[in-house]
Amino acid sequence: MDWTALSVSLRLAALTSLLLLPVGVWVGRWLAFRRVRGRPVIEALLALPLVLPPTVLGYYLLVAFGGGSRLGQAWKAVFGHPLAFSFEGLLLASLIANLPFAIQPMQRGFEAVPTDIREAAAVSGFPPWRVLRAIDLPLAWPGIVTGMVLTFAHTVGEFGVVLMVGGSIPGETRTVAIALYDRVQAFDMRAAGVMAAFLLLLSLAALAMTYTLSTRIGRRA
Amino acid sequence: MPEPAGLSVRLRQAGPIPLAVDLACGPSELLALVGPSGAGKSTVLRAVAGLHRSGTGRIACGGETWFDTAGGIDVPPHRRRVGLVFQSYALFPHMTALGNVTAALGHLPRSELLERARTLLRLVRLDGLEDRRPSALSGGQQQRVAVARALARDPGVLLLDEPFAAVDRRTRRLLQEELARLRASLRIPIVLVTHDLDEAAGLADRLCVLDRGETLQAGPPEEILRAPACERVREALDLREGVRGGLAREPEPSPDRPGP
Repeated sequence: MDWTALSVSLRLAALTSLLLLPVGVWVGRWLAFRRVRGRPVIEALLALPLVLPPTVLGYYLLVAFGGGSRLGQAWKAVFGHPLAFSFEGLLLASLIANLPFAIQPMQRGFEAVPTDIREAAAVSGFPPWRVLRAIDLPLAWPGIVTGMVLTFAHTVGEFGVVLMVGGSIPGETRTVAIALYDRVQAFDMRAAGVMAAFLLLLSLAALAMTYTLSTRIGRRA
Repeated sequence: MPEPAGLSVRLRQAGPIPLAVDLACGPSELLALVGPSGAGKSTVLRAVAGLHRSGTGRIACGGETWFDTAGGIDVPPHRRRVGLVFQSYALFPHMTALGNVTAALGHLPRSELLERARTLLRLVRLDGLEDRRPSALSGGQQQRVAVARALARDPGVLLLDEPFAAVDRRTRRLLQEELARLRASLRIPIVLVTHDLDEAAGLADRLCVLDRGETLQAGPPEEILRAPACERVREALDLREGVRGGLAREPEPSPDRPGP
């Protein structure tokens, strides 16, 4: 096992899940409860990373992060190193690639909260922030946890975007998925096998957890 | 005419549900809003609670103005002192009976919360069931929690949206007796929405007949049943012509006997 690569993967996945938690709660709740103009377009844009070939997404992100872009230039001016092929660039790409994995389950979770219960909360004197804290979050939590688990697992397994934006710099942007590919290229099938088995078990555990939680969304545990 | 401490409602709306509503309910009075399904009864209650916010008009209760399009006033639901019992009860499923009531006591200091919540549950005769979640309560018990929660806010008006629709006949009778008993201890206007004329006539001081979003007539039950103001009232309440003072109505049309 390439422990350095594993550490990069876990760090990337944990940060992506944590940073997307407030984003998913905010956007998911907004889409679930508000009448949103242009909803199909917004939802299509957010779902795009699900169907886009990772290389296409990676290409556009690379262009957006590169030295020729304003973002890339601004980043270099402030931090002294380019955004592309850095851990920060990889994290930013990972956040964008994982938007649907975080937002969609959270949105479903909020949609499962019955309208009359939210209205009853308002009529019981709950200001909006208290409706979020005492009603929405406790009733939508299976969707919220599902979003975080899926984001974590998907980040650990992401390959195309990571390769395009991050390259394969040990300790910086080489994740387990990339290390596995490198091992196979080097005909080190034993090391590749360990990593493949690890990714397989992690994905299986994440999905099992997700399915367990999704049965709870309907039951309003 | 609206009394200063009571509830007064004037609503006008062109669509999607046309509304032409004028009603008043004095303190300690129980007003039953009656009319056929789709007449807009629940919409009126939702407007009072601030959950339906469109159209023009004015809603005032206990000397406070909650909605006034002319004055640009539209108080959000959580700042209107309204007790609303939903048709579905809409209890918080993740909280106990006690938790449901305590949740609506946000205006009280922490030290008084539990005592007040227990008192309210005693008032609706639910002592002993404080720690049950709604899923472990019967329909009638859930309804009582909903009533206790609605009263917890110390509301200026109590709104009941078809509160007896989801329980069996016996429970309904018991709950109706309960409401009659509860009324004696309340000094606030109570508005009951129902499509059951017998229930309305049995419980209410006054009826207000609503049809297609329009208030047609208001008055004591016996007066309305004896002398409907117009043909629309008669139709809305499905009253038989010439019947005096009783509750006799046309029998429900059956498949082999078409209705009038």
